[in-house]
Amino acid sequence: MKVGIVTFPGSNCDYDAWHAVQLAGASPAYVWHKETSLDGIDVVILPGGFSYGDYLRAGAIARFSPIMTAVVDHARRGGPVIGICNGFQIACEAGLLPGALLRNANLQFVSDMVRLKVENADTMFTHAYAAGQMLRLPVAHGEGRFTASAETLDRLDQEGRVVFRYVDAAGAVTEAANPNGSMRGIAGIVSAEGNVLGLMPHPERAVEAVLGSTDGLGVFQSMLARVSA
Amino acid sequence: MSRFTVSVHIVPRRGILDPQGQAVADALHALGFHDVAGARIGRHVVLEVAAADAAAATTSVRDMCGRLLANPVTEDFEIATVEAA
Repeated sequence: MKVGIVTFPGSNCDYDAWHAVQLAGASPAYVWHKETSLDGIDVVILPGGFSYGDYLRAGAIARFSPIMTAVVDHARRGGPVIGICNGFQIACEAGLLPGALLRNANLQFVSDMVRLKVENADTMFTHAYAAGQMLRLPVAHGEGRFTASAETLDRLDQEGRVVFRYVDAAGAVTEAANPNGSMRGIAGIVSAEGNVLGLMPHPERAVEAVLGSTDGLGVFQSMLARVSA
Repeated sequence: MSRFTVSVHIVPRRGILDPQGQAVADALHALGFHDVAGARIGRHVVLEVAAADAAAATTSVRDMCGRLLANPVTEDFEIATVEAA
């Protein structure tokens, strides 16, 4: 399986994503944002970083990069896409996922390990986890406050599309456990068809014990198992 | 074609938490401006546009706001001024 990692000007987690994909046993490839084709690519990763310097709004300019037409086509055909951090912001701007990521409620850039609960272990990106499993993953962002209309939030909840939530040690969604003020503690969601995942935490930075956590590997292993099957 | 200078105000939609606006309102209160009931912080964009007339320039900028300059999920925009350049 070939995993295409899109490098935008300002991407800085593309190498980490490469490493995580290799560890999970798939074959990574960099795709420069000026390219227009995803030929031979089975899965797309939109990595973290600060594409186009976050000018205007995080992800707003990157969504018009030439490769994004092919990425949107790939997603519309059911192809898997993982948007991590800035990649989540880009996916929202491109209309692949609902909502928007706004400036953290406390106006601070947050770089920390957070606790997440796997809310839905039935997706192609999370079936290696158990439902309700608690994960420790790093976050590093200034604009991660997930925001959507009440109707959209209700729909995400009803359809089981909230896959990760920020929680405290007891598994409860609390203000203190929420690093950015995201509505309903939402850290990651999937598209209606389930083939696009967006999340603010960095699973690719938690794939080896030396990194402090291996809890992120499950995202890549889940996806690899499903796509190779 | 004439040239127009079009300015646009883009602000967080009412009801959406605007921590910057809240911080500024708090600071204004600390300065004694107790008449400030709220503040929202957004962007002011000034565009130089070639168009047949002011109405065409306005229509074009409105389209730009819908597609790029404002986020339809969280922001409102209004065209503040349209002036012949």
